[in-house]
Amino acid sequence: MVLSPGETDFPEIPPRPPVSLWLDRSFVWATRLFAFGVVGVLVYIAIVVGLDAQPAMERYGLAFLTTSAWNPVNDTYGALPMIYGTLVSSLIALLLAVPIGVGTAVFLSENFLPPTPRLVLNFMVELLAAIPSVVYGLWGIYVLIPFLKPIGAWLHSHWGWIPLFSTQYLGPGLFPAGIILTVMILPLITAISRDSLVSLPPTLRQAALGLGATRWTAIFRVLIPAAFSGIVGGTMLALGRAMGETMAVTMVIGNSNVLSPSLLAPANTIASLLANQFAEARDLQISALMYAGLVLFGLTLIVNVLAEWIVSRVKYY
Amino acid sequence: MQEPTRSDLPSPAQVSWPILSTENLSIYYGDFLALRDVTMAIPERKITALIGPSGCGKSTLLRCFNRLNDLIDGFRIQGQVFYYKQDLYGETVDAVQVRRRIGMVFQQPNPFPKSIYDNIAFGARALGLQVDLDELVERSLRQAVLWDEVKDKLKTNGLELSGGQQQRLCIARAISIKPDVILMDEPCASLDPISTLKIEELLRDLAQEYTIVTVTHNMQQASRIADFTAFFNAQADEKGKRSGYLVEYGTTDQIFQDPQEEATRRYVSGQFG
Ligand SMILES: Nc1ncnc2c1ncn2[C@@H]1O[C@H](COP(=O)(O)OP(=O)(O)OP(=O)(O)O)[C@@H](O)[C@H]1O
Ligand SMILES: [Mg+2]
Repeated sequence: MVLSPGETDFPEIPPRPPVSLWLDRSFVWATRLFAFGVVGVLVYIAIVVGLDAQPAMERYGLAFLTTSAWNPVNDTYGALPMIYGTLVSSLIALLLAVPIGVGTAVFLSENFLPPTPRLVLNFMVELLAAIPSVVYGLWGIYVLIPFLKPIGAWLHSHWGWIPLFSTQYLGPGLFPAGIILTVMILPLITAISRDSLVSLPPTLRQAALGLGATRWTAIFRVLIPAAFSGIVGGTMLALGRAMGETMAVTMVIGNSNVLSPSLLAPANTIASLLANQFAEARDLQISALMYAGLVLFGLTLIVNVLAEWIVSRVKYY
Repeated sequence: MQEPTRSDLPSPAQVSWPILSTENLSIYYGDFLALRDVTMAIPERKITALIGPSGCGKSTLLRCFNRLNDLIDGFRIQGQVFYYKQDLYGETVDAVQVRRRIGMVFQQPNPFPKSIYDNIAFGARALGLQVDLDELVERSLRQAVLWDEVKDKLKTNGLELSGGQQQRLCIARAISIKPDVILMDEPCASLDPISTLKIEELLRDLAQEYTIVTVTHNMQQASRIADFTAFFNAQADEKGKRSGYLVEYGTTDQIFQDPQEEATRRYVSGQFG
């Protein structure tokens, strides 16, 4: 029998209910709105800071970045010491925190420990991130700075000919600031590195070991490279945190706006400068501070672009 | 149809020097008994196929032969596994050395997220072998019938290959370090018929020098390439937990043409349940 189409009921795939369609669409729009909202906030802040910085930018130009006078009395401003302080204190933190953090992450992602102690350790590392920065600052003043005294003295007496250690250890300075930052960014690096190591497919490890690789080889030649983008991501987030950290740094860095290459001398960072001076600043000084803020903005941007670039380069090795 | 020489093979129990053997081997994951009381001997320079329904413990047994199960929390064995006369689970045995001699190709392709070249060179580099890497890479890829497809893009990431190509990459990687034994967990599961035939040829070639233990769900493949075949089945206990056990093990001809057990006969002839 031949049926003509209209005559019989062929099975039909039911259409989507309009409610679900509508929900989907509004969800897409909502997420789009949020995404652009985040970008919008960023751009808005940049514009406001940029506008406020305008007078200082016009007056000092790029010399602001390369001169080191910070004198509100006769309105001469140069941010070089703070730029130096920001970069160096963050760099110290990174140099110390990356090996320790990645090492901890490897330890916590392998089965060196039974699950329960591992869980406890994990939790404690993450708890480091929950300590308020002012508490870190206090700890820095009363514990860390005295503790570092013999080390600083030793560095100066043995390596004093290197500019980095060319002054006496006076207490507050880049050195304790860098150490405080190390402790503060450690949980970030550890947690993100650990997560990216744990989320690697287990077959990767099996493949490496199946080829007669030792555990070392598997970790250093396969697992860490495979988790590299996550580790770099965590590191960059941490670097951003370190460059922007204010309270703890202010309490231990000595707040000296005089340029000294020495890690043992008092120094300052941009974030700490802003925190210290905003309350009493007027007119051009506000503008200069805004300019400094913009520089910090730019530095973090460069760091992030650099990170993206590293990750994209290393993806195929 | 069968190669004439094969019917002359002695039964595996009579082979004088099995390269791998198990004695009353039971394998547990935690409390779960995955494989029960397996005693079998795997002869040198032959292809032994492990067949059986899904979940009967074929992969589990395979991983036992190169101690890869060590990585799994809760894994434990009873009984013994031997490499020639040496107890593989003896106290002084270095699992890394075991795996260097007993290589593995996994059920799912698992290339490293590195270039094709570095995937193959990994083993030689990790073991510090003093060899010409370019030559090693080319030879391994040729053997695994992948060379022509990738010779112009050795620097691309192994993960960008198709599933079948990835599997052949993993085979090339496994043979690059020239192990004594190659354990293969369904090496052809994701391959097209032509590559499958090529891999089967490769296995026959390799069997001149190497011992191959392969899991397969493909009865024709087992009967085409294997010298010996072991049939595993799974049986539920009172609590409904399914443990695998060895039903029958013999030359491939015996298993396929004259099985002693009804379960084997039904399985190899495609009647299940
Ligand atoms: N890592 C593991 N942890 C716990 N149980 C496991 C693990 N791996 C396998 N099992 C269990 O052991 C039994 C045997 O698994 P196995 O992977 O060896 O089966 P198989 O014969 O290879 O099956 P297939 O043909 O589907 O690959 C299954 O019941 C499985 O659930
Ligand atoms: Mg399996």
